[in-house]
Amino acid sequence: MAEPVIAARDLSLVFTTRDGPVQALSNVNLDIAPGEFISLIGPSGCGKTTLLRVIADLEHATGGSIAVNGRTPEQARLARDYGYVFQAPALYPWRTVLGNVMLPLEIMGIPRAERAARAKAQLALVNLSGFERKFPWQLSGGMQQRASIARALAFEPRLLLMDEPFGALDEIVRDHLNEQLLKLWAATRKTVVFVTHSIPEAVFLSTRIVVMSPRPGRITDIIDCDLGLDRPLEIRETPEFLRIAQRVREGLRAGHSYDV
Amino acid sequence: MSRNLLPVLTICAGLILLWYGGAIWMNWQVVADTQARAGATPGLMDMVRLTLNHARPLLPAPHQILDELWRSTATLPVTSRRSLVHHAWVTLSAALVGFGMGTAVGVLLAVAVVHIRALERSLMPWIVASQAVPVLALAPIVIVALGAMGLEGLLPKAIIAAYLCFFPIAIGMVKGLRAPDAMARDLMRTWSATPAQMFWKLRLPASLPFLFAGLKVAMAAAVVGAIVAELPAGAQAGLGARLLAGSYFGQTIQIWAALVAAAILSATLVGALGAAERAVARRMGMRA
Repeated sequence: MAEPVIAARDLSLVFTTRDGPVQALSNVNLDIAPGEFISLIGPSGCGKTTLLRVIADLEHATGGSIAVNGRTPEQARLARDYGYVFQAPALYPWRTVLGNVMLPLEIMGIPRAERAARAKAQLALVNLSGFERKFPWQLSGGMQQRASIARALAFEPRLLLMDEPFGALDEIVRDHLNEQLLKLWAATRKTVVFVTHSIPEAVFLSTRIVVMSPRPGRITDIIDCDLGLDRPLEIRETPEFLRIAQRVREGLRAGHSYDV
Repeated sequence: MSRNLLPVLTICAGLILLWYGGAIWMNWQVVADTQARAGATPGLMDMVRLTLNHARPLLPAPHQILDELWRSTATLPVTSRRSLVHHAWVTLSAALVGFGMGTAVGVLLAVAVVHIRALERSLMPWIVASQAVPVLALAPIVIVALGAMGLEGLLPKAIIAAYLCFFPIAIGMVKGLRAPDAMARDLMRTWSATPAQMFWKLRLPASLPFLFAGLKVAMAAAVVGAIVAELPAGAQAGLGARLLAGSYFGQTIQIWAALVAAAILSATLVGALGAAERAVARRMGMRA
């Protein structure tokens, strides 16, 4: 295995709340290789978003260790190693679509002419050419989220962190964006860490699926998902797909059987 | 447009009618007394005519105020001591300078409060307390104190105006600078933005609608501050001086003309700010 993009060892995180400590992550061990598409799946409270935020240096682990590209998450963040896509598009409403995608480049001090060219190229990649001068409210929810993906890709990070990016969209739009994301990934071979609570979405997109479970947040299963690079939507009807989906479902059920 | 205009015009016409009725009613006794002393017994129509054209009425009729406004603006040279344009300019200049100072202070205070956590608790109570002091009590103190230091004329009045108008700006701006949600701030963090970039590219643009709301309140307050500040300084010039002089000599028409002039001044300034706000909003892609 090549040097892992992400290496977590006995990672744990305890939030101190008014009601006492909450174990958000407990003994998380995970290696992610370059070019992998990893889904983190589990019910709410299982720590999947927290794990993503620890990788992004938006939260800090209280135990164990984690390396991103062989460095600490903070060093990786300062080196702009990753692009992050949030649950909501979170486009700044006073900027045009192009202005939003150019924003990270602006912050990195990239010259004006280059900024526009690079932002336009990323917008083309998510099929938003021609919408550069629109403001966010003039776009549909799906288009806004595509714009936010273009923004995360703007400075061409090798690692893409996505926190339920399609969670708020309807199923038709979600299917469509899943297909586009897969194409994008196949074309760029970026490493993707993708948080979701949809089993079909996880199986459709991933090379490996990390099943997580709450109280304390932990990894209960890691499932290989070798469906190949070429995945039409119809693959979701194949026995192979259903077998993997079944195993994810069992993993999720085993994880919090005491709840039922 | 015309559908909106009709109710507005109707209400305006109603108010003017009420005003005329009020003027007749309030001035009746004065006119009746004068007439009785002169031994005259005017008829009803004559009484109405006299109440609406009294030289020193308790309540002047609208046409008297308009007449005084016209006379003291259009027919006199602006350099005249009796020209309302001259007095309005004195008030306007103090209000605008004060508004500029108050805006600068208000914005700087808001930026400081948002960025330095300790200031929130230590400074905010003083900011709020400052507005609990009646400006009518404070103005003479400031004018006299600055006068003793040799500061006279526009600056002391501008300081009183600034004192009134920094507050709504500071309060609005603090709220505006805190408007970006956690996700918008996290985004900046994922790009390793510096605090300065966080301010210029996120907090400041997000705060502009709040700033404009504060500016509009502050603009009206600045005019009030400038007028109040003119009163203790011997009432030499300005709309406040006209108000005071009018009340010394029972010139009610002059008082009302100055009042209306002050209202027109404030409304124009606030209207101009509203236009600037709409222009900025258009540039920032706000929904029409």
